[in-house]
Amino acid sequence: MMEKKAIVKSESGIHARPALSVVKEASKFKSEVLIVKDGNEYNAKSIVAIMCMAAIKNDELIIRTSGADEEAAAVAMVKVIEEGLVK
Amino acid sequence: MLKAIGVSYGIAIGKALIIKEEVPEIKESKVEDQVSELARFDNALKQSITELQKVIEGVIEKLGSEKAEIFEAHLCMLEDPEFIGSIQKKITDEKFNAEFSLQTVATQTATIFENMDNEYMTERAADIRDVTKRVLNILMGIKVVSIAEIQDECILVAKDLTPSDTAQIDKAKILAFVTEIGGRTAHTSIIARSLELPAVVGVGSGIRVIKDDDILIVDGEEGIIIINPDEKTLADYKKRQQEFIEFKNQLEKYAKMASTTTDGKTVELAANIGSAVDVESVIKNGAEGIGLFRTEFLYMSKDALPTEEEQFGEYKTVLEAMNGKPVIIRTLDIGGDKKLTYLPMDEEMNPFLGYRAIRLCLDRTDIFVTQLRALVRASSYGKLKIMFPMICNLQELRMAKKILEQCKTELKSEGVVFDENIEVGIMIEIPSAAVMSDILAKEVDFFSIGTNDLIQYTLAVDRMNEKISYLYDFYHPAVLRLIKTVIDNGHNAGITVNMCGEMAGDTNLIPVLLGFGLDEFSMSASSILRARKTITSSSYEECKKLSGPILSFGDSDEIKEYIKANIK
Repeated sequence: MMEKKAIVKSESGIHARPALSVVKEASKFKSEVLIVKDGNEYNAKSIVAIMCMAAIKNDELIIRTSGADEEAAAVAMVKVIEEGLVK
Repeated sequence: MLKAIGVSYGIAIGKALIIKEEVPEIKESKVEDQVSELARFDNALKQSITELQKVIEGVIEKLGSEKAEIFEAHLCMLEDPEFIGSIQKKITDEKFNAEFSLQTVATQTATIFENMDNEYMTERAADIRDVTKRVLNILMGIKVVSIAEIQDECILVAKDLTPSDTAQIDKAKILAFVTEIGGRTAHTSIIARSLELPAVVGVGSGIRVIKDDDILIVDGEEGIIIINPDEKTLADYKKRQQEFIEFKNQLEKYAKMASTTTDGKTVELAANIGSAVDVESVIKNGAEGIGLFRTEFLYMSKDALPTEEEQFGEYKTVLEAMNGKPVIIRTLDIGGDKKLTYLPMDEEMNPFLGYRAIRLCLDRTDIFVTQLRALVRASSYGKLKIMFPMICNLQELRMAKKILEQCKTELKSEGVVFDENIEVGIMIEIPSAAVMSDILAKEVDFFSIGTNDLIQYTLAVDRMNEKISYLYDFYHPAVLRLIKTVIDNGHNAGITVNMCGEMAGDTNLIPVLLGFGLDEFSMSASSILRARKTITSSSYEECKKLSGPILSFGDSDEIKEYIKANIK
């Protein structure tokens, strides 16, 4: 298992379009990808879960991955959350 | 025959296609063979996914990838391991039928979104319902219509069309709209005019007599819908349709003419637009400028605030396409009936009297500054003018101008080159601004009378309420007096006075407004040629003489009769 911290930087948090990017990225990996916010786990491959998470700007998230490609997955997820959503 | 409000000229003849909003009734039952029930669900799911992929391809091809995003989110939901997983579990573990399992999980999920106390998320609940409906319809063998998937020519019949519906309209397929609710200034009507499709709105419950595949004649000028006409009527309307096309072609000669009266007074005929896409029609119709660029569509078509760069790009595109002709860009007018999904606003008792337009911008200066910076930067690519909406007092105007000046100073220190003399104007749409227009005129370069709101506020009439829509009256003497006052006060201060509401394109009133001294008329691009025909065949001196007595009338019906009798 692998854990990494990510901070939401996009002005409007993670809603539909950003959530779509998060899910698309997570789905590229075989590992289980979870995002932990305020102690609750959300499946990063589920758009419904990610939208329910309702992360807003500056929220601190933990990316928890486990599986064959867990390291690559965690790195990619931090990147998409911190850099991929700013637009 | 149905009679309602004709909002977009032209005659269409075609088959009705009814856009339903019915929810199929779901029965709860237990199944014996959950394996085959699961297979039935998985099949419907697969079919929905294929359908959606086709929709996405079509939308991307016709309307661009941005418009397809909403459907991509839908697709993502159908591939969602948790959402779909819980439905499948309900079928296998609890032996519920597929329809009930789907409906139950979808309702639970939608409820979570709805309770998130965030308008954006509340709308996502609608997305869940949307995809659920798609799968349910397949499970239950119900045929539905998605506007993006329409293959044959048809006339859309609906309660109302949402912006996401109209975004999918393909002009080659859709001949006209007929809607149950709405008025001249509703979103649907504005879109119909910009697409140049005939439309009749506000039909009321009578619309229900129309059935799928009925042959309809839609007369968007008279506001008439004829259902399954006899041969004589059909032939008659075919002839009128032909005449209309010829009339339109004949109008085209007005595209290149100046808007000058027979006695040599030149006014400006400008167009109202919502985005850079509309400019093509503006140029085709020979507008002398853009009198109103409503920037809110830039904000409404996104799911986040548009950045300075995005806005700058859009403004620059419009300015360059207009090639030096004036472009009046109105700063964000959001609130009232126009909401942003990603910018939650409190529920208000009276949204039209509430937190909107300049009020919001002066409060959320971060949003305002981003837009003003984009505007100032774009000013070096053409003749850009800035207009503030909903000004109700002098303080607001001064505050807005101060923020604009700060943006200019900032940009200058960043070394950005821009037009140092950007003209600044205000919308006159609140009665207090009209009454105070002598004072306000001294601090701006132009006025633009926004008749839609000015009428609504002056007459205290909610223009969306069908029960009282008869009170919403262009010809009300109070409205005409206010307009005259604003024009006179503007001219006394040496500034130009424009009008950018629907009234400016009303060919019966154009001679009156001309006589009042209005300098610029801004309207839907599709109304320009007609307006130019009226102006080039009018004499300013005569219009002045004829419009004079109008202010002494007390009854709008008298005014209408007077105009009919005296102004051709």
